[in-house]
Amino acid sequence: MAHDIEIIEKTPAEYNYKKRNADRAMRGQLMMFALMIFMTLISFTAVQAGFSPLFVIPVILLLAAVQVGLQLYYFMHMKEEGHGLPAMFMYTGVLIAFLTVLTFVTIVWW
Amino acid sequence: MTTAANTVAQKKGFGATLWDWLTTVDHKKIGILYLIGGGFFFVLGGIEALMIRLQLLVPNNDFVSAGFFNELITMHGTTMIFLAAMPLLFGFMNAIVPLQIGARDVAFPFINSLGFWMFFFGGLFLNLSWFIDAAPDAGWTSYASLSLASTGHGIDFYAIGLQIAGGGTLMAGINFLVTIINMRAPGMTYMRMPLFTWTTFVASALILFAFPPLTVGLFFLTFDRMFGGNFFDVDYGGNTIIWEHIFWIFGHPEVYILVLPSFGIFSEIFTIFSRKRLFGYSAMVFATVLIGFLGFMVWAHHMFTVGLGPTANAIFAVATMAIAVPTGVKIFNWLLTMWGGSIRVTTPMLYALGFIPSFVMGGVTGVQQGAAPLDYQLHDSYFIVAHFHYVIVGGVVLAILAATHLYWPKMFGTMLSEKLGKVTFWFFFIGFHMTFFLQHFLGLMGMPRRVWTYNADQGWDLFNMISSAGALLMAIGVIVMVINIIMTTAKNERVGNDPWEDGRTLEWAIPSPPPFYNFAQTPLVRGLDTYWIEKQDGNKKGYIPAEPLSDIHMPHGSFIPFVMSLGLFIAGFGAMFRVEHSWGLPVLIAGLVLTFLSMSLRSVKDDLGFYVTKEEILRTERGSK
Repeated sequence: MAHDIEIIEKTPAEYNYKKRNADRAMRGQLMMFALMIFMTLISFTAVQAGFSPLFVIPVILLLAAVQVGLQLYYFMHMKEEGHGLPAMFMYTGVLIAFLTVLTFVTIVWW
Repeated sequence: MTTAANTVAQKKGFGATLWDWLTTVDHKKIGILYLIGGGFFFVLGGIEALMIRLQLLVPNNDFVSAGFFNELITMHGTTMIFLAAMPLLFGFMNAIVPLQIGARDVAFPFINSLGFWMFFFGGLFLNLSWFIDAAPDAGWTSYASLSLASTGHGIDFYAIGLQIAGGGTLMAGINFLVTIINMRAPGMTYMRMPLFTWTTFVASALILFAFPPLTVGLFFLTFDRMFGGNFFDVDYGGNTIIWEHIFWIFGHPEVYILVLPSFGIFSEIFTIFSRKRLFGYSAMVFATVLIGFLGFMVWAHHMFTVGLGPTANAIFAVATMAIAVPTGVKIFNWLLTMWGGSIRVTTPMLYALGFIPSFVMGGVTGVQQGAAPLDYQLHDSYFIVAHFHYVIVGGVVLAILAATHLYWPKMFGTMLSEKLGKVTFWFFFIGFHMTFFLQHFLGLMGMPRRVWTYNADQGWDLFNMISSAGALLMAIGVIVMVINIIMTTAKNERVGNDPWEDGRTLEWAIPSPPPFYNFAQTPLVRGLDTYWIEKQDGNKKGYIPAEPLSDIHMPHGSFIPFVMSLGLFIAGFGAMFRVEHSWGLPVLIAGLVLTFLSMSLRSVKDDLGFYVTKEEILRTERGSK
């Protein structure tokens, strides 16, 4: 089976461009990683410090939401090009799930 | 025309042919399998419908018992929606959509095959209930308090059978999404996709979001009935309304899953037989997406009488009426596509012409029911029966029959008789209106839905009799179509690439039936109605190739999907008889083991497919000229 495997050599300019981009991406990843750990620390501290649950629970939920966003956009690369369609499907799914939950807490009585 | 593949197939013995069909991953063959499976269940559902109408022919009839009548209506609804309408549409999607976007197969051929076999075994499981115990008898909606009270295994068959078949549907939906997103030929932008591809895309997205709720609901029901759960059992703190919400969160989008591809089929027919491009293409696409989106916001209009409160009812009533707007856009676009076109009234076009008034009637009664106060009057009456049959028969079944005539030459290489086709249409169309038009008035006169029999002299006798006579006409129409199919197959007069002569989209640019690799070279798409553009430019080949002729990578067939589905089928029986028979649990485990073993076999075994060589392609292409 003679299937031509195409080998494309990068030009030096192209190589430098890709490398610069990769470096920048790496820096972003590390920063976000540090941020995520910091947010996790805040959550644990908030629980340990013994604040009122009325304060702690919303804060933890908020941080969790931020972390989900960071996870999706940075570590799962949704901020990069070509992720518009998955994003659209995810947000549609989120909307429908939200409506379902809203229904169940408002018009389904117990 | 005889392709090389066909010549080989004709020389094969029966066993080899059977094996070929059991293991096929070719989207065109799976399309045909869906048509056979869906057609079989369509006939079953039709027989059930005839028995229902026979029972209601005269007042105080005792042709069937009340209990058996409940089984008939339940199985008629369930079979027609899940096992006939949807698979038949899947058949056409499978056969046509990859051709329309210039692809060689769907994105996941293996999963495509698995989806079919799960549908088939799920449907088989559900219908075996007639012979093994009792058929489900709580209506196709299977509302929880009633379905939990149902004795025997009927509802168990419903829950497990639909679970298996629904899994197959979900897979098929995801497969079409990935195919349409990733496998379009160069130049086929989203806004150049034929309308049937667009509607398949939106319907698949609806499947993706609507079927998981059904899965959850059916699992709840399964646990409640077979494993001691109490999700819906009010005595133990459950809530029976939850089933209704879950079912309709799935059930309303399901209507659009059925009707959107039908819209797509009719859009193709209107453009082909009016010799004009579709009027307002982008508005059509937008309307399709909007209908799909709004389809998720309206489910509670099935539950106005539950007592959700005036606020919830008002919100859902307004949302329901909003759907009439994009649907109206579509209707007017179809009319304006025909406006000034050079119309040929072929059999598919006849169906399309009959579809518009029929579907509009179903839509108008739908808006009436969308008004919550009026719905209190109409709820659970024959008015509802008339409404949804106008939508589903007038929209979906007419589309399926039209598509059978339109795409038969592309799928099988022979042309169904136009004369018999028109006979079928008139029998079916007149029968359909006879059966269901008067049911509106039966409903307004107070005849309740799902009623086993009725007393004489309430003014219902004549209308019921006419209604039953209409059902017979529809049956005659379908029988004529079967005769048509048999005669056409026996005559076997082969047709060329573009048998309707005015084909506009890519599927008409290649032989009928297409060679198993579809396109010798991936086509280049230069605009909407690709093949039409090439014809106008005098391109004899039918499409511009986007790549040089080279070896084509194709997937191997596989028997694993069949075994996987068989495992679930066996496990279903185990789950059902677990409590009363000692063999239940071992059978449940054995079935699941079979499924998981075949899954791991699939994971472990590397199957890299094979290459069709350039020489073989050239030989096939010469043979098909």
